[in-house]
Amino acid sequence: MFDSLSEKFTLMVRNLSGRGRITPANVRQAMEDIRSALLEADVHYQVVEDFTQRVMEKATGTQVLASLEPGQQIVKIVFDELVALMGPVDSSIFFVDPPPTIIMMCGLQGSGKTTTCGKLALYLKSKGKNPLLVAADTQRPAAIDQLVTLGQQVDVPVYKQDGQADPIPICRNAVAFARQNGRDVVILDTAGRLHIDDALMEQLSDIAGATKPHQIFLVVDAMVGQDAVNSARAFNQKLELDGIILTKFDSDTRGGAALSVKAITGKPIKFLGVGEKLQMLEEFHPDRIAQRILGMGDILTLVEKAQSQFDQAQTEKMQEKLANATFTLDDFLEQMRSMRKMGPMKQLLGMLPGLGSALKDIQLPEEELDRAEAIIQSMSRKERENPDIVDSSRRRRIARGCGLQTEDVSRLVKGFSAARDMARKMSGLSMGSKMKMAQAMSTMSPESLSAMGHLGSAGPALRPSRLSPEQKRKMRDRRRRGR
Amino acid sequence: MAFDFLKKAISTGVDKLRGGLSRTRHAFLGSLKSILSGRKLDEELLEDLRKRLILADLGVAATNSITSDLRQAWHAGKIDSGDQVLEFLKSEMKSYWPQESRTLHFATAGPTVILVTGINGAGKTTSIAKLGQYLKAQNKTVMVAACDTFRAAAVEQLTIWASRIGVDIVKHQMGSDPAAVAYDACEAVVARHIDVLIVDTAGRLHTQDHLMRELEKIRRVIHKKIPDAPHEVLLVLDATTGQNAIRQAEEFKKAVQLTGIFLAKLDGTAKGGIVVAIRHQLDLPVKFIGIGEKPEDIAPFSPDDFVEAIFAQTENPG
Ligand SMILES: Nc1nc2c(ncn2[C@@H]2O[C@H](COP(=O)(O)OP(=O)(O)OP(=O)(O)O)[C@@H](O)[C@H]2O)c(=O)[nH]1
Ligand SMILES: Nc1nc2c(ncn2[C@@H]2O[C@H](COP(=O)(O)OP(=O)(O)OP(=O)(O)O)[C@@H](O)[C@H]2O)c(=O)[nH]1
Ligand SMILES: [Mg+2]
Ligand SMILES: [Mg+2]
Repeated sequence: MFDSLSEKFTLMVRNLSGRGRITPANVRQAMEDIRSALLEADVHYQVVEDFTQRVMEKATGTQVLASLEPGQQIVKIVFDELVALMGPVDSSIFFVDPPPTIIMMCGLQGSGKTTTCGKLALYLKSKGKNPLLVAADTQRPAAIDQLVTLGQQVDVPVYKQDGQADPIPICRNAVAFARQNGRDVVILDTAGRLHIDDALMEQLSDIAGATKPHQIFLVVDAMVGQDAVNSARAFNQKLELDGIILTKFDSDTRGGAALSVKAITGKPIKFLGVGEKLQMLEEFHPDRIAQRILGMGDILTLVEKAQSQFDQAQTEKMQEKLANATFTLDDFLEQMRSMRKMGPMKQLLGMLPGLGSALKDIQLPEEELDRAEAIIQSMSRKERENPDIVDSSRRRRIARGCGLQTEDVSRLVKGFSAARDMARKMSGLSMGSKMKMAQAMSTMSPESLSAMGHLGSAGPALRPSRLSPEQKRKMRDRRRRGR
Repeated sequence: MAFDFLKKAISTGVDKLRGGLSRTRHAFLGSLKSILSGRKLDEELLEDLRKRLILADLGVAATNSITSDLRQAWHAGKIDSGDQVLEFLKSEMKSYWPQESRTLHFATAGPTVILVTGINGAGKTTSIAKLGQYLKAQNKTVMVAACDTFRAAAVEQLTIWASRIGVDIVKHQMGSDPAAVAYDACEAVVARHIDVLIVDTAGRLHTQDHLMRELEKIRRVIHKKIPDAPHEVLLVLDATTGQNAIRQAEEFKKAVQLTGIFLAKLDGTAKGGIVVAIRHQLDLPVKFIGIGEKPEDIAPFSPDDFVEAIFAQTENPG
């Protein structure tokens, strides 16, 4: 019932392309589709109205009407407009001299403030700073313990005052403490509060008054719906925010809140939280989020993530192999393992353009990756390098070796070949061809999509086989319990 | 919907919601009037309604389906004023969520187990304190199990709540197997003839397959120890959540067979309208609402109040 934006959008582009030329009438229909698509992505009602209005004006201009590729044109207009609305990029944190630079976090309950304080501390440490975390949430049970634990994890001291219920003296004293102890950045973790809670909002501005923070960040859950603008507006009015941090972006939310919050406060989105672990903080890139809101995949993030895991040389090696078709099952295994270190496979594949919606119903459970691994491990070196030589007698041997069926082996080999071809096509992807890519992928045949499934796993096809308890145990051992 | 509860609280002079009052005064007490009252039904009002439903996070599909129901009833001459629209929607919502589906199910004999799940920061642990207090007030003995062994200070948080509401807690060390905690807790409630066990779990995104499997395992262990259990599997949903809540409900339902929703954080300006779409698509009832951060800030879900709140005039322009 609730088509995702990407599906709608793809359909829309196809409709437009079919007609060859945009008329004001079919733009209007397209805009209706975009409007509901944006609403389904949780962009605020009014923001959607304004947005479609603007796009409508641009799209019905002569330039577009005269265009030969109206589908492309309108994608570009929508995309550019989204990027413009969410930009400009500004992930910087500025530091004052003399130190300490004071950073204050605020936001609704459970949005991720305390966790983000830990993440920022780690981030700042990596930039050579000496941060101090301040436990100014005296409300939530065990909030101080939580921050202390996170502080230990990143090896950053935490300033706290047990028994002090008023956060204002805590923050004031913390700043003095930082000054005396050479901590050059102070990060204030405040209690979660509702924007309509007058007393607690007043307390927040009192903390700000007492400590004069150099930067105040609003921490917002990326899954938030229409209410995002109400809270963001209220916090911004009370505090003069300097930026927004969107958390839980590792979910499959379309993230329309990014658009709403930016539109209503005019403040830059500084960072994205993409996991519970403290290194999972990313800088904000409007073009990527625009793609995500539009369901065009997040290929840049994927590449960047991959690069932080592989070293540069290895990445180049892989790319070369992909391009020259010398990519082997060994490489596949290696890549699979590195990818699994990065996070759930589905999430990673979901970042590829056009795959998000296709993957919705494809299961990529870790167990099947384990099977693929088991099969590859039962292959000889030669077979891994050139899976094409795997004939029926080799299949039988491999199947025996890993305790699976011969069909499983042949499916893996076939899936791998298809995936290799696909991967080769994608390896040459340039920035400029992203749009075309998104379109091409959206019209991909079900077979090649399932081959993409095989890229990450032996695919759903392998499901019927049974695993012996012994194998299961082994696989469990192999599988690290990562978050 | 919190305001009916609040009105009662005021009239009976019960002051325990004082904190809640100051923050909800804006939203509710100042203007309990609905935007619908005293208006005649026409296309303009329908369009206004549509906007309200979208702003309440019902989503495009549920909104379209409700407005088309309304238009039909209007054209059929069944309704023709704003007040009738309210009544129409109330009865529609009541048929969505019949009373019996909104009440907690208890074991016919032996302990009842309530498994509490949801994504990160939704309000699980706090809602457990509320449920514990609520059940204690009904003269039931309650125990809680600290199966969030992952998040920093999660065990400490539940420990503090347990002692504040006066119930026992079963806990292990941080980082230990949550299913093992559930196992021990089940043994403890059986041995000690406790009425209700409420199991806290770590926040997890519905997209994290391995964590969803961990949750399934907790459920399996509970079921093995106590055959009918868990009797309730609740998804705690943050009322501010947008359309992604459907995906959450879908995945959690698939993994652990949810029996209902605890809609937390309804004391803000968010309306939690996504539960209508969830009801449409997944047939999951809302059982409780959370309306504050204290153990007493809980109320059974009321479809009437829910409808009223969606169209309540607020000072915070939407
Ligand atoms: N998946 C995911 N979880 C996150 C992220 N950021 C925070 N969390 C989790 O969200 C939950 C709430 O985070 P907290 O840091 O406690 O939130 P808070 O805003 O400090 O909460 P209050 O202090 O109670 O208002 C925890 O379970 C965190 O681990 C993120 O980027 N991704
Ligand atoms: N205003 C309001 N705040 C609430 C409500 N329920 C919970 N909270 C607050 O939301 C924040 C998160 O609540 P928790 O109970 O820790 O949430 P959780 O789901 O257990 O979080 P994780 O275990 O980290 O995933 C806390 O600050 C709570 O006080 C509610 O009904 N209203
Ligand atoms: Mg906190
Ligand atoms: Mg919790």
